[in-house]
Amino acid sequence: MKPAPFTYHAPRDAAETVGLLAELGEEAKLIAGGQSLVPMLALRLAVFDHLVDLRHVAGLRGIERRGDAVWIGAATTQAEIGRSEQVARDVPLLSRATPLIGHFQIRNRGTIGGSVAHADAAAEYPAIALTLDARLETLSPRGSRTLPAAGFFTGMWSTGLAEDELLTGITFPVRAPRSGFAVEEFARRSGDFALAGAAVAVELDGDAQIRRCAIGLFGLGPVPLRAVAAEAALAGRGTDSVSAEEVGSTAVAELRSVPADLHGSADYRRHVGAVMVARAWRRAVKEAGDA
Amino acid sequence: MPDIEIRMKVNGRARRATVPPRLTLADYLREHCRLTGTHVGCEHGVCGSCTVLMDGEAVRACLVFAVQADGAEITTVEGVAAPDGELSPVQSAFRDHHGLQCGFCTPGLVVTATAFLRDNPDPTDEEIRDCLSGNLCRCTGYQGILKAVRAAAGGPAAAEETG
Repeated sequence: MKPAPFTYHAPRDAAETVGLLAELGEEAKLIAGGQSLVPMLALRLAVFDHLVDLRHVAGLRGIERRGDAVWIGAATTQAEIGRSEQVARDVPLLSRATPLIGHFQIRNRGTIGGSVAHADAAAEYPAIALTLDARLETLSPRGSRTLPAAGFFTGMWSTGLAEDELLTGITFPVRAPRSGFAVEEFARRSGDFALAGAAVAVELDGDAQIRRCAIGLFGLGPVPLRAVAAEAALAGRGTDSVSAEEVGSTAVAELRSVPADLHGSADYRRHVGAVMVARAWRRAVKEAGDA
Repeated sequence: MPDIEIRMKVNGRARRATVPPRLTLADYLREHCRLTGTHVGCEHGVCGSCTVLMDGEAVRACLVFAVQADGAEITTVEGVAAPDGELSPVQSAFRDHHGLQCGFCTPGLVVTATAFLRDNPDPTDEEIRDCLSGNLCRCTGYQGILKAVRAAAGGPAAAEETG
């Protein structure tokens, strides 16, 4: 199908962009890479009178070390992130999640800001932002602000962004020494959204005890989730006393409202989720121990 | 919903048109440039038939609006062969190794493989499979396509088939 007609805007800077959003209200939608939005428009799952294209907006692209964090401009493509040695070194979990997004033709256009603002509960980047406690930088006519990833995802395709607010960049903390990271997902076909996926970040202290850990879950609820009770129960334990299967089953025990459709029941997804957590846990702990 | 004037270079030739914003790059290439080699299958980014190079990178032309490609250089399957019509190594390999049957998916696969081999001239079979996973083919079962890409990269399929 063809998208419904719309008026096209291509503002030159971020201030003009948010001014347009404020003026046009809910009839307007931002478009960056368009790899999620254009299919929704083509299928007429979404219809907007105005599209505001970010392609000429300066200052939204790039990857920079800023103190103890790496800043990534919202309009940076997934392909650029996948190629970045800086990201591979300082934010390895983000690097490892990138090849799981769609196909390389999609990653050539798709952006990190688009993924996070679109907020699909089964997508990789929103879950990685949540797992790594990323910070989201925004601009609106009222000024700029920084939001924690925790609490940003409020429902299916819904976020804490106001209608006239633009996500400008995302900062990820640089990895700590003695830390390990892994992401695992199961999809029916290569490049599909995951039926269930898990991201694990773990930091050890000198005695192979878990100083802290983060377990992110995607495809397992209306929003990406953290297994907070499982994380808290693991802190302070020695890695030898923890079995990966136990971590997996504890992490999914907290889940409420697991989706179900013709591709899998809620129980099946919960089971796959536990297996993904266990696999990611094993690899992350091994990497942290070897670091 | 005013139309927008766009300019781009398609297979080396400068093009200029005034188009409605909702026109996809795929439909622009087919209907305005009369380059019908770019096939339109699913129209929502799943099948890969409409893959073209945009500023050198493989993209789904059904997921880009023509207005977003203003100022870009586009290469379609018509621009892959040499100007004298001699097939590119990827095109020859598809012919030699049964990389197509009905041919509907072939333009997208040829463009995809062309970009992939430029960036990764010596791929493993696993990397080739990953590259091809974004393009649907309903005829071949993919084995001929895999062989063709391997052969275009100078891999063992070439020796095995022609030796």
